[in-house]
Amino acid sequence: MSRSTRQFEQVAVVGHFAAGGAREGQGPLAAAFDQVWDDDLVGETTWEAAEAKMAVDALEGAAHDGGWSLGEADVVVGGDLLDQLVSTNFAARQHHRPTLGVFAACATFAEAVGLAGLWCDRGSTRAVAGAWSHHLAVERQFRFPIEFGYQRTPTASWTATAAGALALTQGTGAVQLRAFTVGRVVDPGSADPMDMGTAMAPAAWDSLQRHLAAVKARWDDYDRVFTGDLGVVGSGILCDLANDPGFVRVHDDCGRSLYRPDQDVHNGGSGTGCVAAVVAGHIMPRVETGEWHRVLVAATGALFSPTSYQQGESIPAVAHVIELEAYRP
Amino acid sequence: MRSGVMRVPQEKDADYLALAARHRPPTPVWRNAVRAFVVGGGVCVVGQLVTDFFEVHGQTATRAASPTAVVMVGLGALFTGLGLYDRLVQAGGMGGALPISGFANAMVAPAMEYRREGLVLGVGAKLFTVAGPVLAYGLGSAFLVGVVRLVVGS
Repeated sequence: MSRSTRQFEQVAVVGHFAAGGAREGQGPLAAAFDQVWDDDLVGETTWEAAEAKMAVDALEGAAHDGGWSLGEADVVVGGDLLDQLVSTNFAARQHHRPTLGVFAACATFAEAVGLAGLWCDRGSTRAVAGAWSHHLAVERQFRFPIEFGYQRTPTASWTATAAGALALTQGTGAVQLRAFTVGRVVDPGSADPMDMGTAMAPAAWDSLQRHLAAVKARWDDYDRVFTGDLGVVGSGILCDLANDPGFVRVHDDCGRSLYRPDQDVHNGGSGTGCVAAVVAGHIMPRVETGEWHRVLVAATGALFSPTSYQQGESIPAVAHVIELEAYRP
Repeated sequence: MRSGVMRVPQEKDADYLALAARHRPPTPVWRNAVRAFVVGGGVCVVGQLVTDFFEVHGQTATRAASPTAVVMVGLGALFTGLGLYDRLVQAGGMGGALPISGFANAMVAPAMEYRREGLVLGVGAKLFTVAGPVLAYGLGSAFLVGVVRLVVGS
């Protein structure tokens, strides 16, 4: 079982960068963002180009925060929600660094960071890993044209306009990437694309349990255990599944953290950029200062497409787990 | 699979889906109904004022219907373009979507959205992505009703 978890001794997270759109910039994490894009188009002409611009900004920002430039990165790992990963690959067209584009829906960020960790674990390497999503680009692909009016259900999540990236390197720093668990695809049979929490909570619980067993830890050993974007509904379900006060005490959710309840986002934030921005902007600084020593992040992704749910398929989900720890020499 | 505290729910897990349903916030039916009444009623009041305007200016009630529809479609398109109509539907649900101004919203929103993919493969090809089903089944049922009318009426 533990062969699906890789533990690292020598992978440092040396830089981080988080950014959000206007709505995210008015939320509770406003102060956590290194940058807020008030303009929906981020100075570009399409939502897709805007998302690619967000990707470049995040990658450059993380590398810069790590004390080097993106041009010095040996490998870039990243992903988004758009068909054919266009924003990640179009960003790579611009920054020209060797790039791995990865997709695990909203679990993409943890997959990218985990793969970057594997890369840095063997040999002196600099890697930048990140994920980004633009609300309007995702909305038009998965749902309806932007100006079309429809009523969102109480369980629907709000795809965040956000980006986050981490700069990793071999060695030791204020924050270490300690472990990475690859998730299994779990499908409890939910078919409502407006209710991701129900679809994803079992995958989160599966990966968290497997991670805990692999690193031989208990919930008490962590200051926080973040899930990706289960939101209000999914978090409640997960705590029910766990049925353990020790887990409930340390659990928090990235999607639930991104907005205030009065921002009309219903279940909370989602999208590849949501967990990325929360980890890079909210979690990383706290681990750096030692406020939190050990943090788990189980990024959750609903692995459906507009075609699959229209054909009546239920929604499979996956959760990849990364473990961050403050470094004590 | 059993591990830890509770087994991980797997395919078509009825117990799990029942557990999950308890965490789902209820749809605020009454609040939605009141909002739909207010928004839909408001749209109808505007429509009535437009009809009255045409009647005052010499049209019969029957003949005022067509220009009224044109004006309401125009208003729906205008407020879609201003980025306001989607907010009206988010608040009022079917009260905003069902009137003819909502149909205009369903046509204009894709026209705006897919402009960046060009006039042919963008606007032309995707204009009916939202309103298409309404037109297909609307025309289909109108045809069937027409056939029935023809048979029964003769």
